[in-house]
Amino acid sequence: MNDNVKPGSTRTKGDLLLDIRNLEIEGESDEVWRPIVKGVDLTLKRGEVLGLIGESGAGKSTIGLAAMGYARGGCRISGGSVVFDGIDLLGASDEIRRKMRGSRIAYVAQSAAASFNPAHQLMPQTIEAELREGIRGHGDAVKDAVELYRRLRLPNPGEIGFRYPHQVSGGQLQRAMTAMAMTCRPDLIIFDEPTTALDVTTQVEVLAAIRDIVEQFHTAAIYITHDLAVVAQMADRIKVLRYGKSVEEAPTREMLASPREDYTKSLWSVRKLGKQEQAAGEPILQIKNVTAAYGNAVRVLNDVTVTVPRGRTVAVVGESGSGKSTLARVITGLLPPIEGQIIFNGEALPPALKERSQDTLRRIQMIYQMPDTALNPRQTVYEAIGRPIEFYRGLTGAKKEARISELMKLIEMDDSYVDRFPGELSGGQKQRICIARALAAEPELIICDEVTSALDQIVQEGILQLLMRLQRELNVSYLFITHDIATVRAISDEIVVMFQGRVVQQGPKTKVLSPPHPPYTELLLSSVPEMDPDWLTNLLARRKVQPEAMKAGDR
Amino acid sequence: MNPVVRTVLQRLGLGIATLFVVSIIISLTIQMLPGDFAKAILGQSATPETVAAFQKEIGLDRHPVVRYFDWISGVVQGDFGESYASRGSLAGHRRLVAEMIEPRLLNTLFLASAAALIAVPLSLFLGVLAALYRNSIFDRVINVVTLTSISSPEFFLAYILMMFLAVKFPIFVSLASISPGMPFLDRLYVIALPTLTLVLVIMAQMMRMTRAAIINLLASPYIEMSRLKGAKPLQIIIRHALPNAWAPIVNVIALNLAYLVVGVVIVEVVFTYPGIGQLMVDAVSKRDLPVVQGCALVFAATYILLNLLADVVTIISNPRLLHPR
Amino acid sequence: MTESAQTGQAMAAPAQITRRGRLSRAWRVLRKAPPTAWFGMIVIAIYLFAAIFAPLLAPYPETELVGGAFEPWGGAYILGTDQLGRDMLSRLIYGARNSVGIAVLTTVLSFVIGSALGLTAAIIRGWVDQVLSRAVDVLMSIPQLIFALVLLSIMGSSIINLVIIIAVLDSTRVFRLSRSVAQGVVVMDYVEAARLRGERLPWIMRREILPNIMAPLVAEFGLRFCFVFLTISALSFLGLGIQPPTADWGSMVRDNAALISYGDVTPLLPAGAIALLTVAMNFVVDWFLHKTSGLRE
Repeated sequence: MNDNVKPGSTRTKGDLLLDIRNLEIEGESDEVWRPIVKGVDLTLKRGEVLGLIGESGAGKSTIGLAAMGYARGGCRISGGSVVFDGIDLLGASDEIRRKMRGSRIAYVAQSAAASFNPAHQLMPQTIEAELREGIRGHGDAVKDAVELYRRLRLPNPGEIGFRYPHQVSGGQLQRAMTAMAMTCRPDLIIFDEPTTALDVTTQVEVLAAIRDIVEQFHTAAIYITHDLAVVAQMADRIKVLRYGKSVEEAPTREMLASPREDYTKSLWSVRKLGKQEQAAGEPILQIKNVTAAYGNAVRVLNDVTVTVPRGRTVAVVGESGSGKSTLARVITGLLPPIEGQIIFNGEALPPALKERSQDTLRRIQMIYQMPDTALNPRQTVYEAIGRPIEFYRGLTGAKKEARISELMKLIEMDDSYVDRFPGELSGGQKQRICIARALAAEPELIICDEVTSALDQIVQEGILQLLMRLQRELNVSYLFITHDIATVRAISDEIVVMFQGRVVQQGPKTKVLSPPHPPYTELLLSSVPEMDPDWLTNLLARRKVQPEAMKAGDR
Repeated sequence: MNPVVRTVLQRLGLGIATLFVVSIIISLTIQMLPGDFAKAILGQSATPETVAAFQKEIGLDRHPVVRYFDWISGVVQGDFGESYASRGSLAGHRRLVAEMIEPRLLNTLFLASAAALIAVPLSLFLGVLAALYRNSIFDRVINVVTLTSISSPEFFLAYILMMFLAVKFPIFVSLASISPGMPFLDRLYVIALPTLTLVLVIMAQMMRMTRAAIINLLASPYIEMSRLKGAKPLQIIIRHALPNAWAPIVNVIALNLAYLVVGVVIVEVVFTYPGIGQLMVDAVSKRDLPVVQGCALVFAATYILLNLLADVVTIISNPRLLHPR
Repeated sequence: MTESAQTGQAMAAPAQITRRGRLSRAWRVLRKAPPTAWFGMIVIAIYLFAAIFAPLLAPYPETELVGGAFEPWGGAYILGTDQLGRDMLSRLIYGARNSVGIAVLTTVLSFVIGSALGLTAAIIRGWVDQVLSRAVDVLMSIPQLIFALVLLSIMGSSIINLVIIIAVLDSTRVFRLSRSVAQGVVVMDYVEAARLRGERLPWIMRREILPNIMAPLVAEFGLRFCFVFLTISALSFLGLGIQPPTADWGSMVRDNAALISYGDVTPLLPAGAIALLTVAMNFVVDWFLHKTSGLRE
């Protein structure tokens, strides 16, 4: 294995492998066909990795599948050509297209857990295509698959093939799926957001494994993702898509160094945000030695102590299963703790929601991750924001309307939106309404649970800036729960790092973010991809020196 | 213990418990009898003495719990008690409920099996076909036809069939009278129309459910993955869809067989077929409670058993239980 | 900053949609309805009309013996007379009022019981949910028609008994559906937000949950109506449902069934009337489900 190969430098590119011209794809909704992909050109040479990047709705997955001559149900390829190694895939017969798939063009899906058939072991699924095409006999195929599992650094490569999908973790399944794609030694692999569903520490492993094996077999690949830092590690060339059209395309290093289009620049604008850290004042919320569990099951929170200073932002970071969302439930009273206390404004809060007074509830508000589920689809903006005003302040009629108008101004939206239903708003606008709803209660503390992670990059920046401005103007405190380090950098004054229900580290932002770190913080921080094409290479080289740091991440 | 065995045993236990509770409910309904019930059975001319004797005999003077255990212990040994039917008239000839139910039940099972043997394979086949060619003309026609068939009362279908296949064109007979010594083929001929009615009734349901189950299955990501791996259409169905289709398909079958058990009541009445359904309807109109209770218990037991079977198949075809972590 | 500018533009179009109002929106949806749905709606409208204006439409009174038994079609009695000499057409028209009316009443009652309990179980959860769900499991493990027969044999056949028995038995299905639909809504963040705000249970039920489960409940109402209607008709056909002399389609089939063996289609008319209404209802519900679920299949 050669970990020191840098993408875009030592790899040799062959002749033209894939040539997509003026591709047009339509999708059906309400019995009307609307364009999804509007005339995209795409070329790929042998052994080359092309990164397709864009936000949701950019059409990147649809283009990836079209490269296999495939359109999902409810979609159709309506124009253009897809020529793979001299074969016109769109004009070819179904039989020829079918033979191409699996053996010459392979696909790695986003959700490996759903894409493996639950009824079969991994091995027969892995070698299915090569047996069908008669590339190897059964015995050789199994041997080869085990070798691929080993190269992808799966634990117990000899045995893992005899497990069922539900017996294997997400990160391992993703690697097994890469092995499955590799068995026929295809000329081209489409990776469709293969690490999006994974935690950052697991993502590093999968990224490294994928990159190595693609290089070893000199396979061409299309790597689809919304994360520019990830694609920077994987691709030789990057193509930016938006609304089904190509925005710009350039070699990776060039693109990162000097993006031409404003839209491309905006893709990493969040990473450029940074809040001047402010010193902590008197505490508004103190969580003292809290232990909590769901039912009688294992403890989700274990002896957690966190302090939130007034008018400041405390970011709680951790991966799935770290207990960070449970912490929010404990503070709001939805999950009374088994032990410990929550002190708000110097007074101990009653543990359960029912025992808290209306005024206490008013002072602590919450903003959710998914604005779609946080707003009642059957209530207008007026009702959503108006209710807390009426409920807590007792304002009605003209006074209520004046207050709504004031809040709309605060969240930088027009009064004309108040009659809209959530379905008629964009994701970012919905999140702004959620913020307005929280502000309507005139709270002192707002718990923000992953409020930007469901939004596109460019919208994230707007929301974060809004939150910071509101803090300056209203002196409200935030407990900001997130898994994204860039967001933490952007917004926090203090950081709490959580791992498996415990607080690993907490302190002022600059202190937590600068070394030396405790082992888990180190692992977490170092696993966050950076906008540097050499980041993964360097990281792996560093970790080789200290291999124990990686163990916690291999789950 | 293996989780499959454990789950199956749990499910069996639950089935038995349900049957037990159902038997209690059926037995307790007698508690809700109105006061003039004895008169209704014995006739207006009954003397107070006979009424008292009758009430004592059906056990209204005993504690409900005691009465329940008397009844259920009899049922377990195959004794469902005695029919009230002979009571009002010259008492003397007494009939055991079990003796009344047994031949009728066999007749009903004969009719139901004939219907199931035709309907199950046919509707699975057509349902899968409709799913594979969904939104085609074939699929749309099937949709309208099955929807119409489901919406029609059983007796409507039955009389239409009778009208056309027995009266206007006398191909079959309209009365399905069956007798103990009848040769097998004659029996089949006689029950042709009731069988056909039942087939129409359950086929529509089954086809729709099969279609929905298959479409649901074909939409799963692993089926798309197998397409993207270049599997042939037949391989996709056999290797990737079928192993996951057993549970939904068996559920569809069980649900419809259970429905068949109930649908048989109407059809038996229309064609005057001597099955358990007609026995029950007669008993209800005569308010012959022991017979009603016996029939209800038999129906409920069949129903519970079929659902139990479906659940067991679902459990043993679940890879998560078969191969625990 | 950039976002509000762009989205402001993009959102200009939907604003007009809201102002066009609900009526015109409903009309636009209706216009696109498939022929089967149109057929269904027209049939239902005709039935409603017949039920409401039965005394005006029917040539003869409901129960009066106006001629001889089994008189043929044509002449004074357009569709002939029944086994007692009552006018068939008049009884068919009154049947719309009686059969459909009783079925609607039963379905409404079933919905009131089932959805109230279902919502309660979904929101309160815990032991209340456990007890209700287990009870419903047991009730549903007895086939509905059979259970209805047992209860009718005990309580006797009267319209009130019939309505109560069928409504209670059918409410188990409504319970299951409303519970599962409501469970899907209860876990939504907006419901949690309302709880965190300190809202009381009735408010949460009425304002947050009910509006979001209306569509599936409305569709279910249509389907339950069909089922209840067919069950009551079946019981009437067996002679255990709606009792004479009330004109009712199920018992009309039974009373005149003898005619079938003479090749007379008269007894098929009330049976067809039942089938036509349920078919129509199913077509409408099918389309409504397709429309509201947003699913292709």
